[in-house]
Amino acid sequence: MKISEQWLREWVDAGKNARRLAEQLTLAGLEVESVRPSQADFHGVVVAEVLETLPHPQADKLKVCRVRAGKKIFQIVCGAANVHTGMRAPLAVMGAKLPNGLEVKSVNLRGVTSSGMLCSAKELGLSDDASGLLQLPADAPVGKSLSAYLNLPDTVLDIKLTPNRGDCLSVAGLAREVAAINHKRLKQPRITACKPRSKMRLPVAVRAAAGCPLYTGRVIEGLKPDCTTPAWMTERLRRAGMRPISPVVDVSNYVMLELGQPLHAFDLRQLHGGIVVRWAKQGEALTLLDGRTIQLTGEALVIADHKSAKALAGVMGGQDSGVSASTSDIFIESAFFTPQAVAGKARRYGLVSEAAHRFERGVDPALPRRALERATQLLLAIAGGRPGPVVQAKAARHVPKPRSILLRRERLAEILGVTLPEREVEGILSRLGMRLQKAKLGWRVTTPCFRFDLAWEEDLIEEVGRIHGYANIPSTALAASMQPGKSREELRDPHELRGSLLHRGYTEVITYSFVPAMLDEAIAGKGAAAELENPISSDMSRLRRSLWPGLIQTLQFNLNRQQERIRIFELGRRYIMQDNDIKEDNYISGLAYGPVEPEQWGIHKHPIGFEDMKSDVEALFATAGTRPSFVPGQHQALHPGKSAAIHLGNARVGWLGELHPVLVKTLGIPGAAVLFEVAQEAVSRVRIPVYEPISRYPMVRRDIAVIIPEQTTADELQACIREAAPKLLQEVRIFDIYRGSGIDSGRKSVALGLILQDSSRTLTDEDADAIMFQVTSRLRQRLGATIRD
Amino acid sequence: MKPADTLIQEAHAAIAASDSLASLDQVRVHYLGKKGLVTEQLKSLGEMPPDERRAAGQELNRVKAEISSAMEARRQSLQQAELDLQLAGQGIDVSLPGRGQLPGSQHPVTRSLERISSIFSTAGFTVAEGPEVEDDLHNFEALNFTPEHPARAMHDTFYLKNGRLLRTHTSPVQVRVMREQRPPLRIIAPGRVYRCDSDLTHTPMFHQVEGLLIDRSVSMANLKGLLTGFIREFFESPLKVRFRPSYFPFTEPSAEMDVECVICRGSGCRVCGESGWLEVLGCGMVHPQVFANVGIDSRRWSGYAFGMGVERLSMLRYGISDLRLFFENDLRFLSQFH
Repeated sequence: MKISEQWLREWVDAGKNARRLAEQLTLAGLEVESVRPSQADFHGVVVAEVLETLPHPQADKLKVCRVRAGKKIFQIVCGAANVHTGMRAPLAVMGAKLPNGLEVKSVNLRGVTSSGMLCSAKELGLSDDASGLLQLPADAPVGKSLSAYLNLPDTVLDIKLTPNRGDCLSVAGLAREVAAINHKRLKQPRITACKPRSKMRLPVAVRAAAGCPLYTGRVIEGLKPDCTTPAWMTERLRRAGMRPISPVVDVSNYVMLELGQPLHAFDLRQLHGGIVVRWAKQGEALTLLDGRTIQLTGEALVIADHKSAKALAGVMGGQDSGVSASTSDIFIESAFFTPQAVAGKARRYGLVSEAAHRFERGVDPALPRRALERATQLLLAIAGGRPGPVVQAKAARHVPKPRSILLRRERLAEILGVTLPEREVEGILSRLGMRLQKAKLGWRVTTPCFRFDLAWEEDLIEEVGRIHGYANIPSTALAASMQPGKSREELRDPHELRGSLLHRGYTEVITYSFVPAMLDEAIAGKGAAAELENPISSDMSRLRRSLWPGLIQTLQFNLNRQQERIRIFELGRRYIMQDNDIKEDNYISGLAYGPVEPEQWGIHKHPIGFEDMKSDVEALFATAGTRPSFVPGQHQALHPGKSAAIHLGNARVGWLGELHPVLVKTLGIPGAAVLFEVAQEAVSRVRIPVYEPISRYPMVRRDIAVIIPEQTTADELQACIREAAPKLLQEVRIFDIYRGSGIDSGRKSVALGLILQDSSRTLTDEDADAIMFQVTSRLRQRLGATIRD
Repeated sequence: MKPADTLIQEAHAAIAASDSLASLDQVRVHYLGKKGLVTEQLKSLGEMPPDERRAAGQELNRVKAEISSAMEARRQSLQQAELDLQLAGQGIDVSLPGRGQLPGSQHPVTRSLERISSIFSTAGFTVAEGPEVEDDLHNFEALNFTPEHPARAMHDTFYLKNGRLLRTHTSPVQVRVMREQRPPLRIIAPGRVYRCDSDLTHTPMFHQVEGLLIDRSVSMANLKGLLTGFIREFFESPLKVRFRPSYFPFTEPSAEMDVECVICRGSGCRVCGESGWLEVLGCGMVHPQVFANVGIDSRRWSGYAFGMGVERLSMLRYGISDLRLFFENDLRFLSQFH
């Protein structure tokens, strides 16, 4: 909420500068976001009267005006459409300085001399309105400095109020806070009841008392047409960020800003029969002031006449009953709508409404009558007119009652962590408008009717705390019981998993959980995905079922920025639909592209391949105790010949492979990318080591080369060898694979080193020979291998 | 026959003059070889009268030992020189880059998350996790956001087509922990959160760390103490802090914590909007309604909760000026966080 410092000071004498005032409010929980001058800097601008306008001889759009300021007459060339004889407007005289830095000089505009410049509100930095000259009221004193006339300079405080403090959405409410903080009294304007000068009244029937416990209103007839809102009022509205519209609207807005009570004025001639406050009929249509037609539901509270709905109560008026500049007879409404009746309505219909903003936070139920009188008082002074009697409909049982809350001395001290003198507590709460009664444990506190946010003892504790000042609450350490925390060795911290990949040259990325549907389907296949109802964009329309889309997008992003070697990983969740529910699992996924090693001397540059990444994946499993197996498998996003499912025991826990060449092409990636993903859980297991004695006898190594069919895998080969020598074979190393000359096509030669060792004796050559005999026989039998000499 | 000392002197000179193992060997042959000077003299001992033989023998042995030792020393030094020469020829350019690759870099958000977790773990907080796809109950209702609460409008919520929502803050983890575990409790809950908002200063996804402590007689003073300590540890600087009243439906009293601007040290700059203060976290005492919602007796227990934005803290810590950098994953950005 934006508010003029001058206006606030009229209500409370806080005696300090704007910065200090802002700091006080901020530290009391009413955060002042900015403190700014209400206008940009200008000087040399005076109130002037346009005496005569003549067409410019050389330009259709310009006018040559004779303008009076004080006793001097100026010739001014002006291009504003709204310039007319008799108008009062700001004149920047020669030597004047405008906010944009312009120094006003006598200029020749197409052959006519202009000795000054008539200004718009925008040119003076008063508002964004550049549609024409700033029209000043007819009684503006000609010749007077504009700054003095508009009470400039002033400061605007922009206050970001939390949703619980609806009571501060007015000058009165803010002044009440400032007064309480500074031990000052409020200076309220005198508001007196206006004597009715007509008998004209509109009957009011409230059929929804739960939503509208109090409704007041009155007719005012015979408003003068052509009257204008006085400058002091339009200035205050402008400083609060509101555009002046017409005296009736301006007065309504002014009273809302001043007292906090939203008002609504209807064109009396558009109301038929009388006012009915009721719940809307299902599907009832209402065309609002902003021109939009909405379909109402039964929960919407409306103000209707005897024919149809005329306004969405507490939110926005209807178009057909709205007031215009020519309206002379009006009905002003000043009502209490309950927060429950208004809450969420503006949002539901996509409306922005100052009134709803206040009603849904709670408006003082004691205000409607007072605000109605205030509006009448102001409107009569500006536009004349004959007020009718106030009509009122009240359902006392639905009007919120003040609450009575017990505040315990001990609880107050316990929560704040400091014991305050009783007098201070009583002083703070009283200044905030609460009534106190001493009770055995503390006080029985009655809350004021303008505070909708006080319901619990803790709410009162906050009130005491914030006025006492949070800064005055000490900072202390909690004395609490101490116990050793859990340390689970069998579980690996994500930090270590990240470390494993970081050390292997992968950089960590964090990509959005949202992915484009197309890419998600290309990676994870058709099938149900968690779709967003209200995505930010179509590229972020669903939750990812794999981390690969994000990694691929990151690859593309960096390729477009001339990166040639990319190694990235992410640890995050994927979201899988299961029976209309969403399962979230943590995955570690990686992508590598370009050469295995960064470009350097002495290493042959070769592109990343399956095996390179396989060792990175194996490293992740290093602590698991069980080695994963890599089983040829078909994944729609991977190269069918260069991909594997990663298994741990019998369970598939991930995938590894080259991105499918078709996808590589579609995505416009210039080379092959290799990807992996594993469930975090699978690599988070740690086998707790159990010591096994080390053999004191030497190892024996025997090398053999076997020729086997091309399709026989390394796993099969090793398994066969292990079965042949289960006890003494410690390790099998594959150190060469050869195809070509001397080997039949369709076969390959694999060179193996077998490491043999016994734990209880030294193996002899005969022992080793015997084992090798078993191994070779088995390889011949089972795998059709030939042993090379 | 030369006197012994002359022999030794001459041998020393010859040894010193030999500049290779080969020339040294010639010297050896000359003096100690089968027909060498010393050897010949030793042979001739037999021709001497027995009474002189003993003394002459001793003398000759001294000469032999002296020359042998000098030669050995020379041999070692020549060998060393030869090795040095040979190794010097094998020298490499040690300034060439090391073979292989350097580690990758950790994302700044994770880096900050880990620092935050580690600071709180020293105060006995453990990490708790919860789902990102939440329901209205955990994200709002149990936290005392009534169905049409105006505070809901401040959480631009993403809804899913199956009726669930993406958590708008990490606070639902509080609810889950309080439902599943009994006090005393001390947890932090780091994780992704989502809001339907995207512009210069908002990304639809970001990270928060939620904290919750429940114990006997916990006060605002304790909350101030912990968070002041935390923020000074995080920035490793004795920054000024201030607490000011604020509003969250699930805490009462509530506060925002501001820290002295780390960029301008409180004098006012663009980053802090000229105020000298930066808002870094929200906190407060757990609301009795929340305790009631999760079935904890607020007469026996009290507690505080806090929540902070990880990106914001990272930006301030590392001087990152644009929020969007975090999720673009430009390697030129990420590689700065080795």
